[in-house]
Amino acid sequence: MEKVLTKDVPADGSAFDLRTYERAGGYQGVRKALKMAPKEVVEVIKQSGLRGRGGAGFPTGLKWSFVPTGTDAPHPKYLCCNADEMEPGTFKDRLLMESTPHQLIEGMICAARAIEADVAYIFLRGEYVLSAERLTKALTEAYEHNYLGKNILGSGFSLEMHLHLSGGRYMCGEETGLLNALEGKRANPRTKPPFPQISGLFGKPTIVQNVETLCNIHHIINNGPEWFKGLSKSADGGTKLYGASGKVKRPGLWELPMGTTVREILEEHAGGMREGLRFRGLLPGGASTDFLVEEHLDVKMDFTEVQKVGSRMGTGTMIVMDDRTCPVGFCKNLEHFFAQESCGWCTPCWSGLSWAEKMLGSIEDGEGQEADLERLAYICKFCAPGNTFCALAPGAVEPLQSALKYFREDFERHIHEKRCPWR
Amino acid sequence: MLSPEERQEIEGEFGHYPDKRALSIDAMRIVQRHRGWVSDDALKDISEILEVPVSELDSVATFYNLIFRKPVGRHVIMVCDSISCWVMGYDRLRDHLTGHLGIKMGETTADGRFTLLPIVCLGTCDHAPAMMVDNDLHRDLDAEKIDGILEQYK
Ligand SMILES: Cc1cc2nc3c(=O)[nH]c(=O)nc-3n(C[C@H](O)[C@H](O)[C@H](O)COP(=O)(O)O)c2cc1C
Ligand code: SF4
Ligand code: FES
Repeated sequence: MEKVLTKDVPADGSAFDLRTYERAGGYQGVRKALKMAPKEVVEVIKQSGLRGRGGAGFPTGLKWSFVPTGTDAPHPKYLCCNADEMEPGTFKDRLLMESTPHQLIEGMICAARAIEADVAYIFLRGEYVLSAERLTKALTEAYEHNYLGKNILGSGFSLEMHLHLSGGRYMCGEETGLLNALEGKRANPRTKPPFPQISGLFGKPTIVQNVETLCNIHHIINNGPEWFKGLSKSADGGTKLYGASGKVKRPGLWELPMGTTVREILEEHAGGMREGLRFRGLLPGGASTDFLVEEHLDVKMDFTEVQKVGSRMGTGTMIVMDDRTCPVGFCKNLEHFFAQESCGWCTPCWSGLSWAEKMLGSIEDGEGQEADLERLAYICKFCAPGNTFCALAPGAVEPLQSALKYFREDFERHIHEKRCPWR
Repeated sequence: MLSPEERQEIEGEFGHYPDKRALSIDAMRIVQRHRGWVSDDALKDISEILEVPVSELDSVATFYNLIFRKPVGRHVIMVCDSISCWVMGYDRLRDHLTGHLGIKMGETTADGRFTLLPIVCLGTCDHAPAMMVDNDLHRDLDAEKIDGILEQYK
């Protein structure tokens, strides 16, 4: 099993300095990309079939192809790395930034080359103090050795790269919310169209891309699209950082072929459930995905296959629920997060989610009514895609609507017994 | 009044963005790093440097979780209350902390040593439950560990 993104993760928890990174083959992707025409770089990424690792799985090469290029294109153009990582249950980008900061910078230079960007920002979560330290050091090193700045390695291509620390709000991770945050505003989403590829940061063409996505770019340029496809066990190419948290024997993060089954991740890598506990369900990739249950364990974890069974792979870091944890309390915790982080623009979101949180609280306290389950389903319906400005609300109701489907009897027991059976 | 260092740090970031307004959040973060929180006076000074109205800065400040518009204790404890930490025992941790410090979530101890706040997922869910004290991440927590950790912060 070939490791790509985590191959250079030092075992002692440190990060490689520039020299060590170069000795391990680092920055060869940049050298290669600088010799290619920008359009060629886009084409290689397109052929690789790389899909964004931030949760939605949009094809990266296709997204880049919407950016105006050539002599008439507006400048400056921007590349933004989305390193906000605030979705509960998600803990993958942190590892990449803490242990291989140069890998991210290299991927970003190649991506910037592809879209002819002039300036790049790393939009980093404010709490990621160690990532900030290591990225700052790596950026200094990269500037010192002319991987960044004017006329990179004599190629004629120039790129400035800055680190921005977020003020903290889940909405900053949403593509257009991130752009507003970078402009020093509240992270409310923007109306689309125009899409950021045409008019994004400061009104100029912009690409927003997840950390893990960007870390793949130079490897694909170095080794080719066919190699990338070959890493995977399914139609979505490459490897994937998968994780598991909750009461499993060995919670953790692993780089595995894309398309590894849920069962393999849960049982082999995470070691199965802790002694005395049974598996009840899991959210495959962060707080905004639908539950998968026992019958789904043999599903391949990729964008296409998980969607076929009514959920989303999301970020690929799964949150596992055991049989001693109350599904109502579990959902209440999730809706508390989403209600609190709602930016308040759309009624179904700001009003619906806090209503859902309150109702789940009263069900948990034994004060729920039969009609509450219909009311919850109603909120889920009104938060569906298309009814709100951004994907926060649709994501927020994914775990709830699936819990109402798979764990309905647990909700009903609370109502009939007028208490929480788990307390 | 902002100190010369604070001013210098803010001005040092000018080149990172095409317009000064974009520095709103960075400037508030810089001030907060120096004095723990962002006062009305500090906001006025930032407003002059960046040429952004105070009311606008305030509406930005209140949007973001990590910008404090009220004084905080010498050390800020942020306890993750998101899903994986909740599954792994957030409630017990919170009760232990509030009991031990004698304050509720959101409050500061009478001696000004600690402020206790909830925070969303710290991105270390495989080592839940977790919390941050100032800039330090503490993971795989239980009640006993916590008492020892708090001792490190005077
Ligand atoms: C509320 C909300 C929060 C998001 N947070 C993140 C995040 O922290 N990191 C991320 O990469 N994508 C996040 N996304 C997805 C981004 O909007 C966007 O799809 C992604 O950054 C695109 O990068 P990719 O194509 O490389 O996946 C979030 C989306 C929403 C609706
Ligand atoms: S769905 Fe929620 S978070 Fe998104 S724009 Fe509407 S109110 Fe804001
Ligand atoms: S849920 Fe607490 S660190 Fe992720």
